[in-house]
Amino acid sequence: MKKFIHDLVVKDNIELNDQYFLLILKGNSPLPEMLPGQFVEVRVDESPTTFLRRPISINYVDYTTNEIWLLIQIVGDGTRKLSTLKSGSLLNLIYPLGNTFTIPDDKNSNLLLIGGGVGTAPMLFLGSYLNDLGYKCTFLLGGRSKSNLLQLSDFEKYGNVLTTTEDGSFGEKGFVTQHSVLNNRDFDAIYTCGPTPMMKAVADYALKNNIFCEVSLENTMACGFGTCLCCVTNTTEGNVCVCTEGPVFNITKLKW
Amino acid sequence: MVDLNVNLGKIQLKNPVMTASGTFGYGLEYSDFFDISRIGGIVVKGTTLRDRQGNDYPRMAETPSGMLNAVGLQNKGIEHFAKNIYPLIKDINTSIFVNVSGSTVEEYVETALRVNELDNIPGIELNISCPNVKEGGMAFGTSCPSAALVVKEVRKVYSKELMVKLSPNVTSITEIAKAVEDEGADSVSLINTLLGMAIDAERRKPVLSTVTGGLSGPAVKPIALCMVWQVYNAVKIPVVGMGGIMNARDAIEFILAGSSAIQIGTANFIDPTVSVKVLEGIEEYLIRHKFSSVNDIIGALEV
Repeated sequence: MKKFIHDLVVKDNIELNDQYFLLILKGNSPLPEMLPGQFVEVRVDESPTTFLRRPISINYVDYTTNEIWLLIQIVGDGTRKLSTLKSGSLLNLIYPLGNTFTIPDDKNSNLLLIGGGVGTAPMLFLGSYLNDLGYKCTFLLGGRSKSNLLQLSDFEKYGNVLTTTEDGSFGEKGFVTQHSVLNNRDFDAIYTCGPTPMMKAVADYALKNNIFCEVSLENTMACGFGTCLCCVTNTTEGNVCVCTEGPVFNITKLKW
Repeated sequence: MVDLNVNLGKIQLKNPVMTASGTFGYGLEYSDFFDISRIGGIVVKGTTLRDRQGNDYPRMAETPSGMLNAVGLQNKGIEHFAKNIYPLIKDINTSIFVNVSGSTVEEYVETALRVNELDNIPGIELNISCPNVKEGGMAFGTSCPSAALVVKEVRKVYSKELMVKLSPNVTSITEIAKAVEDEGADSVSLINTLLGMAIDAERRKPVLSTVTGGLSGPAVKPIALCMVWQVYNAVKIPVVGMGGIMNARDAIEFILAGSSAIQIGTANFIDPTVSVKVLEGIEEYLIRHKFSSVNDIIGALEV
């Protein structure tokens, strides 16, 4: 897919809680096609300690309004600076980057989308994309507590939403991999993004139950388009760039 | 129109703007963003005789005004390059250099021999300065006898442009530069990255899997400028300057310090179109200062 460098307009910057915010960006020209799992590289201006762009997964795309949503967790100076962007300001993006999820042909497939923390971001885009194509999906979203479960009303538009919290403040208590829905074991495919230990636990469950499973990795990177070779993950084919060969990988390929 | 042609010894570049090895892939990765044939030269990713997996993740740390990398020369080997990459890039209308590295003198020589067979590759950048590999790399570039030896042996088998990339991690870069000049290098490029490290205090661990890595970006620019100036005054062969160039002004500073051409590295990651902007900025500078040729400002620093 052709990559672009565009200045997009910040239409809205919504604080979701003290850790997360949602940037709604609007294109001046029609947005290029983007696929779930893909990400953008955002340039962070006027943040003296931020040198490199920040890779951010695409949270949602609406071609009718020409909008991209980016769900961002504040982890350092770069993301903190982004959290202060005012409506009307410009944000420079390189996009769309990376690959996408593999979707089964059968529209009656039983699909489970598992997200944890900021890893829920690409699951919304994937869910809306699947919904548009006529698939039904189940979302399983996890967080430390109720305030860490984000965009629940958006997820509910595209499928059945199940939740876990570590403190039991909402949904079932525990980790996503302890949720009772996993007793079913009759999923045709699982897609997941979140903290590495969570994704590894999901991958273990999928392997044991012989379920097709793809994970979306978020390694640190300098470029985002396959030239710095910094974001590699070890696979059955050796070290490969997460930014170009991923970020979505079939779990049988990963040696992590 | 100003004359942008520059001479690197055995070849001329159509303009002084090159992209640095390991920051520009094989050029094709950037072709969505601009017409890559506009730039003067492309140095492709460090290439070795055999496939190398490179170092373990994490390989990168962002640092104040720069970054550390510890890629460790991951590449699929010269044969893969010759068979699979070369056909895709050989007709790009710019000068394409292969950056050659090795663990032994024999590996450098064998790789150079294979590059010599590729008609549309006018030159090699001999990498005797990679700080991220256990054997070879920087080990050759940090002593005069070993730097001289590898250049001497490659020179015997390689007749086209031989540019030698120097390490800043030495007591005297001018001595190394003179040693490789004496063995027949056509030009020298500098600086490769500076050895550095980053620590994650919360975890009490190094950020990089290799503990140390190579520092690049604007943080190294003053050091790079100084070394270019020193080497320019110590050797007769052309100098190709690099180290933290982010814009045309930085590039012009390197040219004034004695660079016949410049390489843009880390900046490509942040602005993939930076190299054409630098080219346009150099042209604008020459016109504004009424120079007819870029050669008029090479080493034109008034001290």
